[in-house]
Amino acid sequence: MSDTTAKPPLKLECHGVRKSFGPKHVLRGVDIKVSPGESLVIIGGSGSGKSVTLKCMLGILQPDAGDILIDGFNIVKASEKERRKRTNQIGMLFQGGALFDSLPVWENVAFRLLNAEKVARSEAKERAVVCLRKVGLSPEVGELSPAELSGGMQKRVGLARAIVSEPEVIFFDEPTTGLDPIMADVINDLIVEQVRGLGAAAVSITHDMASARKIADRVAMIYRGEIIWEGAASDLDDSGNPMVDQFVNGRAKGPIEMDLLKA
Amino acid sequence: MATLPSNPLGAVGAGTIGFLSEIGRIATFAGRGAMHAFAPPIFLRELMKQLLRIGYASIPVVGLTAVFTGAALALNIYTGGERSGVESFLPQIVGVAITRELGPVLAALMLAGRVSAAIAAEIGTMRVTEQVDALTTLSVNPFKYLIGPRLAAATFTLPLLVGLADIIGIMGGWLVSVYALDFNGSIYITNVVDFVTFDDVFTGLIKAAVFGFLLALMGCYHGYYSRGGAQGVGRSTTNAVVSAAILIFASNYLLTTIFVEA
Repeated sequence: MSDTTAKPPLKLECHGVRKSFGPKHVLRGVDIKVSPGESLVIIGGSGSGKSVTLKCMLGILQPDAGDILIDGFNIVKASEKERRKRTNQIGMLFQGGALFDSLPVWENVAFRLLNAEKVARSEAKERAVVCLRKVGLSPEVGELSPAELSGGMQKRVGLARAIVSEPEVIFFDEPTTGLDPIMADVINDLIVEQVRGLGAAAVSITHDMASARKIADRVAMIYRGEIIWEGAASDLDDSGNPMVDQFVNGRAKGPIEMDLLKA
Repeated sequence: MATLPSNPLGAVGAGTIGFLSEIGRIATFAGRGAMHAFAPPIFLRELMKQLLRIGYASIPVVGLTAVFTGAALALNIYTGGERSGVESFLPQIVGVAITRELGPVLAALMLAGRVSAAIAAEIGTMRVTEQVDALTTLSVNPFKYLIGPRLAAATFTLPLLVGLADIIGIMGGWLVSVYALDFNGSIYITNVVDFVTFDDVFTGLIKAAVFGFLLALMGCYHGYYSRGGAQGVGRSTTNAVVSAAILIFASNYLLTTIFVEA
């Protein structure tokens, strides 16, 4: 998605991010760099630290050590108010959608406009309908409750909510989990189209290799809380890293030991 | 079978530290919640929604509790009073008992079952389905949007509900007194109005405001820190109701002591 010859200032940087929960060291010094308009996909097995990395970047979890910079501004050391101001330019698509059950679809999409940006309800609704159309949903869907939608539709609504305020950075948490292959491809296409349309930087975490190949400019693999390989999406099959090879090809045997096999 | 800890003294120490740190966490949560509940900006739409849910929707439950409590109280006072020949004081005793004690405590206990449980289940489900995290990513403070309106709504509405419960409870006593115990209806009312003071009603309403804050606080606190899927939400809901009930009884004793000595 990006022009790799130019070297614009970085949009998002993680330096030596560490996070532990009690005795369990989940992140052991994660380093990530994302340029404007670039799409980075972080792959890795369950429990490797993908979700914790994402939550640290979103400001939901506070790292024990390390720095996270958005446009050069360190959100780890910022006050809660400053961090919230900075994360205004962030959009997020949650794995399960995380739509608010008590609100109709259009209010879910327009939530940030109504409650953070204090946009008038009529204007917010118009913008929500525009975003719903962008993800292939009709305005009538806006009046439904999230519980009335299928999994694929919920993902689309989640995507519409993520893009409604035209963020400069968008995060995707397992965007195709729980979807059939066709719907997964539809969501991948929508992600590529919307991220390109906005010119936003995108960070996705997934273990769906089809999704990673489709939406990534660059891929990073995380294993036991560390980035063990990083490269262009086109190099994924020729990484020269046995762990990446094992993961990409889905082999049970290899250097990555599953806890199940060790027991 | 339960086993004895290898170091009983250490277990007691760990338990004490855990208990004290939990109190500290609740106090911090309460302070932060109160700040967002009563200091602007306020999410008016959310506040109105909670006022209806917590206040308006609880009227039938509180009303039924009050009418039956007042009726049973009148019967008991008559039975006990008859032994010493003081049954004629029934209206005065019903009035004071309802306004100072039974109205606020029973209404709060009913709301602990209805409201604390509902708040804990709702916020707990939002927590485990990442909706609380979603609020943060949408630049909305979960304390401002979720916790504040619920605390404010419960603190404002419980005194109103208790005021209603006082009237209904006294009328429950009136029904039994007039139709079962042959009291004169207008004398019953006159005796209640003449005997019950502004202080009796006011202290009950102050208690109600404190109970309202506490029961919403327990629902919010246990829901906000829910962990572990459906089972965790169920556990949070139970903990919310039990801790709200205990706090209502404990603070009732404390407030009664303060009001009696004042």
